[in-house]
Amino acid sequence: MSHHIVEVKHLQHIYADGTVALQDVNFTIHHGESVAIIGANGAGKSTLLLHLNGYLTPTAGEIRIGDFPLTKKTLPEIRRTVGMVFQDADDQLFMPTVFDDVAFGPFNLGLPVDEVKQRVKDVLEQVGAAHLQEKPPYHLSGGEKKRVAIATVLSMSPDILVMDEPTSGLDPYARRQLLGLLRDFRHTRIFTSHDLDMVLELCERTIVLHRGTVKADGPTLEIFGDEALLAECRLEKPLSMQGCPVCGRGK
Amino acid sequence: MHMADALLSPAVGGTMWGVAAGTIAYSSMKVKKELDDRKVPLMGVLGAFIFAAQMINFTIPATGSSGHLGGGLLLTILLGPYAAFLTIASVLVVQSLFFADGGILALGCNIFNLGFFPAFIAYPFIYRRIAGNEPSKARLTAAAIIAAVVGLQLGAFSVVLETVASGISSLPFSTFVVLMQPIHLAIGVVEGLVTAAVVSFVSVARPEIIRGATESVSLGSLPLRNVFLSFLAATLLTGGIVSWFASENPDGLEWAIAKVTGSGEVTGAEDGVHGMLAALQEKIAFLPDYSFKENAAPAEEGVAYAGEAKGDEAARLGTSVAGGVGALICLTLAFFIGFVLKRRLVSEK
Amino acid sequence: MRSIDGAVLDLKRLDLLATGDSAIHRLDARAKVLTTLVFIVTVVSFNRYEFTALFPFFIYPVVIASLGNLPAGYIVRKISMVVPFAFVVGMLNPLFDRELFFHLGPFAVTGGWISCASIIIRTVLTVGAAFILVAVTGFLSVCQALERLGTPRTFTVQLLFLYRYIFVLTEEGARASRARELRSCGRKGLGLASFGSLIGHLLIRTWLRAERIHMAMLARGFTGEFHSRQVSGFGWGELFYLVGWSTLFVTLRMENAAQWLGRLVMGLLS
Repeated sequence: MSHHIVEVKHLQHIYADGTVALQDVNFTIHHGESVAIIGANGAGKSTLLLHLNGYLTPTAGEIRIGDFPLTKKTLPEIRRTVGMVFQDADDQLFMPTVFDDVAFGPFNLGLPVDEVKQRVKDVLEQVGAAHLQEKPPYHLSGGEKKRVAIATVLSMSPDILVMDEPTSGLDPYARRQLLGLLRDFRHTRIFTSHDLDMVLELCERTIVLHRGTVKADGPTLEIFGDEALLAECRLEKPLSMQGCPVCGRGK
Repeated sequence: MHMADALLSPAVGGTMWGVAAGTIAYSSMKVKKELDDRKVPLMGVLGAFIFAAQMINFTIPATGSSGHLGGGLLLTILLGPYAAFLTIASVLVVQSLFFADGGILALGCNIFNLGFFPAFIAYPFIYRRIAGNEPSKARLTAAAIIAAVVGLQLGAFSVVLETVASGISSLPFSTFVVLMQPIHLAIGVVEGLVTAAVVSFVSVARPEIIRGATESVSLGSLPLRNVFLSFLAATLLTGGIVSWFASENPDGLEWAIAKVTGSGEVTGAEDGVHGMLAALQEKIAFLPDYSFKENAAPAEEGVAYAGEAKGDEAARLGTSVAGGVGALICLTLAFFIGFVLKRRLVSEK
Repeated sequence: MRSIDGAVLDLKRLDLLATGDSAIHRLDARAKVLTTLVFIVTVVSFNRYEFTALFPFFIYPVVIASLGNLPAGYIVRKISMVVPFAFVVGMLNPLFDRELFFHLGPFAVTGGWISCASIIIRTVLTVGAAFILVAVTGFLSVCQALERLGTPRTFTVQLLFLYRYIFVLTEEGARASRARELRSCGRKGLGLASFGSLIGHLLIRTWLRAERIHMAMLARGFTGEFHSRQVSGFGWGELFYLVGWSTLFVTLRMENAAQWLGRLVMGLLS
C-alpha cells in the first residue's frame, strides 16, 4: 500500500517579507523510511517541516501525504497522519498535567473517555513515562518533557513522525535513551537535526538542504563521506566518523 | 493599588465580585464568538508575559527610583478589550492566590479597578481616538500616556471609593483622594511611557503584530453602546451598594461627609488647628459615636465597646481585657490542636 | 521588590505542596473553595473595632494546615511577607482615629490602634486562608472547581494557560533581566529605552511562542473546544466539610468566643 508516502514536488515558499525560504524542493519518502533533513542554520529545514503538516501553505508546488494532496479539506486527516514533535517541548506541552496533555489529541478525535484513558496509558508506557501521568509539565526534566511530547503525538496514532531537533538540549544519558526509543519505532520518520551522530545512527537516508534547495539526497554514509559537499553546506562529518584526536587513528 | 481583603467589607467585596464576574462572563462570550482560536494560547502566554514583565524593573526618568510595567493598556492594544480584560483578570487571580496581592474577596475590586478601566474606557475612548491607525511616534506616546493616566486615575479613584465604602480604614475620603490621585498620576505617566516604548519597539521590529491587533479590534466591531451600558450598570451597582451601606447610618450622603469631616473633628478636638471645626461641633454632638455606629450589629460583642458612652472606660477596659485573655487562649488552643493533629498524622505514617 | 527567581521558586514550592496526599487534599476542590470563601467573608464582616473576636478563627487555618501536613514555617513565612503592607495601611488608622477607648496601664489605646490591629489580624487570616487553599488544592483543581461552579470555560482555560506559561516566561524574563544586570555594571536598573526594547524582545518571543503552541494544538486536532475528565465528586464528606466549617464560622461571627473564654477563665481565677 502506498499509504504513507510523503511526496514533495517543486515546493516553493516565500515569506511575506519577500525572503525566499524554499525553492523547487523535490523528494519522495516511502513507508517505513527513516530520513534526516540536515543543513546549516537558515537553510529552510524548519520551514519545510511546517509544510508537512499544513501549518504553512506552499507559495508554489505540491505536497502529497499518502494518497491525498495537502489541501484545506484534507488538513484534519493529514494532521492526524503526520505527528509533529517540536523542538521546544514547552510549546507542545500546554495542558496542566501530563495526562491532560497526552489526552488532548484523542479527545479532539472524539474518542470515548475509556478509550482515551487506555491510549494515554499505552503511549506513556511506550515512551517510558507512565509514572509521570499526574505531573504538571513544568516539574519535568528536559528528557522527560521530550518523551511526553513524543507521547502526545503518538496518542494520535500517526503513520508518519516528524521531529524537529529531537536531541537538542538533552544531556548525554537522556539523548541515549531517546535514540533507543526512536530506533524502535516502526513509523515513517523524518528528522531535522544538527546532531549528525544521531543522524548516522538512526537514518539510512539523508537530504541536505542548502539555501532553500535540495543539495543532495542519498544514503547517509555516502553523504557524510563527501567532504566537499559538507563544507559547501556549512556542515561537517559526524564526530564518530572523524579521526580520534588523542591517538590520531583514523576511522 | 491592589485592594486588600483586610480593608474590605463583605458588601463592597461581594458587589465587586458580582460586577467582575458579570464582565468576565460577557467578555468570555465575546471572545468565544470571535472564533479566533489563535487567541487561546496567545492570551495565556501574554498573561504570563505580563507576569514576567512586572518583575523586571527600570529606572524612572529623573527620579532614580524604579518602576515596572502594569500592562493593562499594553494588553488591550495587543488583544483588544475583551480578551485583554480576561487576561488581566487571570493574572490577578494568580497573584491573589500565590502572592497574596490583594486577596480572594478583593479580587472583584482588583479585576474591576485594574482591568475594566484600561480595557473598556482608556483604550477605546482615548487611546484609539488619539492614536488612530498608523500613529507617529509622538502621537503614539501621547495617546499611551493620556490613556494610561486616565485608566489609572479611574482605577485609583475606584480604590478610594471601595475603601471608604467598606469603612475598615479610618482614612478620610478627601485625604485618601489627595493621597491616591497624584501618586497614580505619576504612575500613569510612567506606564504610558513604557507602553509607548514597547509598542513602538514592536511595531518597528514586527509590525504585523501591532497591525494585526489594531485590525482585529477596529472600533466598528466594538459595540460602544454595550460598553457604556455595562459601565453604567456597574456604576449603579456600586452606587447602590454604597448608598445601601450608607442607609444603615442615619443619613446617606451626610454619612459620607461625616466620615470625612468627622475624623478631622477628633484630631481637631485635640490640637484645635482646623478652623472649620467649630462649625462642625454641633454635628458632632449629634453623632458623638458615629464612628462606632456603623455596622454595630446588636448581636455582636463588639458593641460592648462600640455602643457604650465615652465615660464607661472602665467597663470597656474590662471587656477588652477579658477579650484579650480569651484571644490568647484561643490562639494557644488552635496551635495546640494543630500540633496534636500533625503529630497524629506523622505517627500514622 | 521580589526577585524573579525567588518568585518562581516560591510558586513552584506552593504548587508542589498541592501534590500531597492527605484527607484534605483528597476532598473535592469545590468544598475547599467555598469554605475558604465563607471563611474570608465572615472574617471581614466584623466591624473595624473588632479585634479579639477574630482570634478564634485561627482554628481553621491551623487545623487545615496540620491535616494537610503543610510545613508550618513556610506558610508563616509566606504570610509574614504580606504583613508589613497591612501594617503600613493600618498605621494610618491611629493617625486619623484618635477616639480614646481605654487606658491599658500607661498607654492610651485609641480606636485607631484597635482597628489597626484588627486590619493586621484580618490580613493574616485572609492571606493565610488563600495560601492554604492553594497548598491543599492546587491551582489546577481550583480552576476546575471554579469551572464547575459556573465560571465560563473561556476564562478557566485562560487561567490554565496562563499558569502553565508563567513558569516558562518568568524563566525567560529572568534570563533577559540577568543579562541586562550583568551589563549595567552594578547600577540597579536601566533607562526606559533599554527597558522598552528588552520588554519588546520578550514580547516578540512570547508572541512567536504563542504561534508555535497554536500550531501544536492544531496538529493535535484542536477545534476550539477543550475536553477534560471529571476527577472527583461532591459527596457527603465534602458536604460535611463545607457545612461543618461554615456553621463554626457563623457561630464564631455571632458569639465572641474569645471574650467568653476570657471571662470564664478570669472568673475561675478570681
